[in-house]
Amino acid sequence: MNFLTYLINGISLGSVYAIIALGYTMVYGIAKMLNFAHGDVIMIGCYVVFLAMSRSGLPALPSVALAVVACTLLGITVEKIAYKPLRRATPLAVLITAIGVSYFLQNMALLLFGADTKSFSPVVNVPALKLADGALTISGTTIVTVAACIVIMIGLSLFVKRTKAGQAMLAVSEDKDAAQLMGVNVNATISLTFAIGSGLAAIAGVLFCSAYPTLTPYTGSMPGIKAFTAAVFGGIGSIPGALIGGILLGVIEIFGRAYISSQLSDAIVFAVLIVVLLVKPTGLLGRQVHEKV
Amino acid sequence: MKKKTKDQLITIGSIAVLYLIVQILVKTGNMSSLMQGLLVPMCTYSLVAIGLNLCVGYLGELSIGHAGFMCVGAFAGAFCTKVLQGTIENGTLLFVFALFAGILAAALSGFLIGVPVLRLRGDYLAIVTLAFGEIIKNIINVLYVAKDGNGWHFAISDAKSMSLAEDSVWLINGAKGITKVPRLSGFTAGIILIVIALFVVYNLVNSRSGRAVMAIRDNRIAAESVGINITKYKLMAFTISAAIAGAGGVLYAHNLSTLTATPANFGYNMSIMILVFVVLGGIGSFRGSIIAAVLLTLLPEMLRGLSDYRMLIYSIVLILMMLFNWAPKCIVWRQRLAARFQKKTTKEAV
Repeated sequence: MNFLTYLINGISLGSVYAIIALGYTMVYGIAKMLNFAHGDVIMIGCYVVFLAMSRSGLPALPSVALAVVACTLLGITVEKIAYKPLRRATPLAVLITAIGVSYFLQNMALLLFGADTKSFSPVVNVPALKLADGALTISGTTIVTVAACIVIMIGLSLFVKRTKAGQAMLAVSEDKDAAQLMGVNVNATISLTFAIGSGLAAIAGVLFCSAYPTLTPYTGSMPGIKAFTAAVFGGIGSIPGALIGGILLGVIEIFGRAYISSQLSDAIVFAVLIVVLLVKPTGLLGRQVHEKV
Repeated sequence: MKKKTKDQLITIGSIAVLYLIVQILVKTGNMSSLMQGLLVPMCTYSLVAIGLNLCVGYLGELSIGHAGFMCVGAFAGAFCTKVLQGTIENGTLLFVFALFAGILAAALSGFLIGVPVLRLRGDYLAIVTLAFGEIIKNIINVLYVAKDGNGWHFAISDAKSMSLAEDSVWLINGAKGITKVPRLSGFTAGIILIVIALFVVYNLVNSRSGRAVMAIRDNRIAAESVGINITKYKLMAFTISAAIAGAGGVLYAHNLSTLTATPANFGYNMSIMILVFVVLGGIGSFRGSIIAAVLLTLLPEMLRGLSDYRMLIYSIVLILMMLFNWAPKCIVWRQRLAARFQKKTTKEAV
């Protein structure tokens, strides 16, 4: 039964990574930039929920909705101020700006909320599921996390395939200039991508903090890096790739921690990433792009 | 004299002048101990930034794991010093040995990573070096090495299994790192290393190999079609870049008495910080890297009076500088301003 417990924990953690990885993968696909500030958007979302629940006494669902709105606005604002002016600059300049934004958000949180660790009270109050006469318990948080991940994945896939805005996203990620000539509003599409990614980051943050209930201004950075790894693992730019990459990464991390060494779990995750990239450089579901001379 | 050579001599000359000024300030007691404490870190960051600039500016590959090479260099160097401490008395000689060990270890790890990864195209080096940095930090934190009368003992993550004798000496003690590293490095050693590194990179980028590296950066397919061995030259530049970062690590290690691998000193934030130095100093300009490393190390210290706000201001300055330097609109605006200024001066001349 231990094995099953670990597997379920892994899938749960992986679902969180998958939701965060969506933000990375969509932004990379469309704007061709690594948004290093994404992890810190997660942290801001957590603080919003924390403050809404503990200070204002709002119930769980409205606070999460508030966090999603706040993070969406934050994502759009950051994109407008920091990334949009650099649209045609070198990718490296945009990368450094994203790092600047990441530092800014961390230090802003440090000033506003203090450096002390906040204990995050779990948002989910779904009863735990007991299976096989209580030998296997699946916590409510796990159920909600996995369910949220599945719903988001299906919703997002449908959005991209069925709606005009989703098709515009695909077009922009394929060829920005051609999309513009076809009448797609490129700037609005990129803003929309940032908005969706940041809104999802808020949900992911709440789920992550419900499972690991300590909140500091630096909470977002490690899950951010892991989720970025997951996005690369699954093939950056691909939505199903983010799901597969995230879940595999979560399972590997939990198994590594349980069966090999708790201290080496991060090293194992990154070592697997390197091996996958060497065997399949575009990630598990990434597309092979052929070069033309 | 060629313009390039002149330019390089100016860089090295101004470093020498700066060195003299700092030495005079220190000798006459006009420099605060806080600033004196910053001298070696500045040299370290400058060195690693020179190495990273070779990788980013001339090889055209992004690396976000240079702190990992620095970490390898630091631990290999400090380990070598601890081992040889009893046999070699002379501090300078000991430091030179440590340097060789650190540079060799960093170059080797750069080579090992480069062999498979540099064949791939795209941002893969960035991701793999990021992963490498995290792996190295993680492994060093669970590595135990000790020495006693019976010889050497090694363990990974399980220190109790080592069954040490009473007279054992810890060389690497897991997360506690390497303790009691003698302080062999200093400002002078740092400056000498920077000058040597500059000498190496300047000679490299002006040589036939350096031109091959730049040709690969500008157009890989064209370079391949004129018979340049892509993998060989990429690997060479990347290995040298890692080696210079390793030298920076050795310098860093011998400035502290206790060397540990924490996210703050060898984590990905450090790699990012070095990358910021390189990009702000100017991609491809070694002089710029050094200037940026020195100024950006000083900036948070100068803002110390603002205590809590200093990192916030640092981040805002960073974003604004990037926008000012790289945003197409800002570039046009700057050019217009420069043109207007020039017009004015020519009018006055007439």
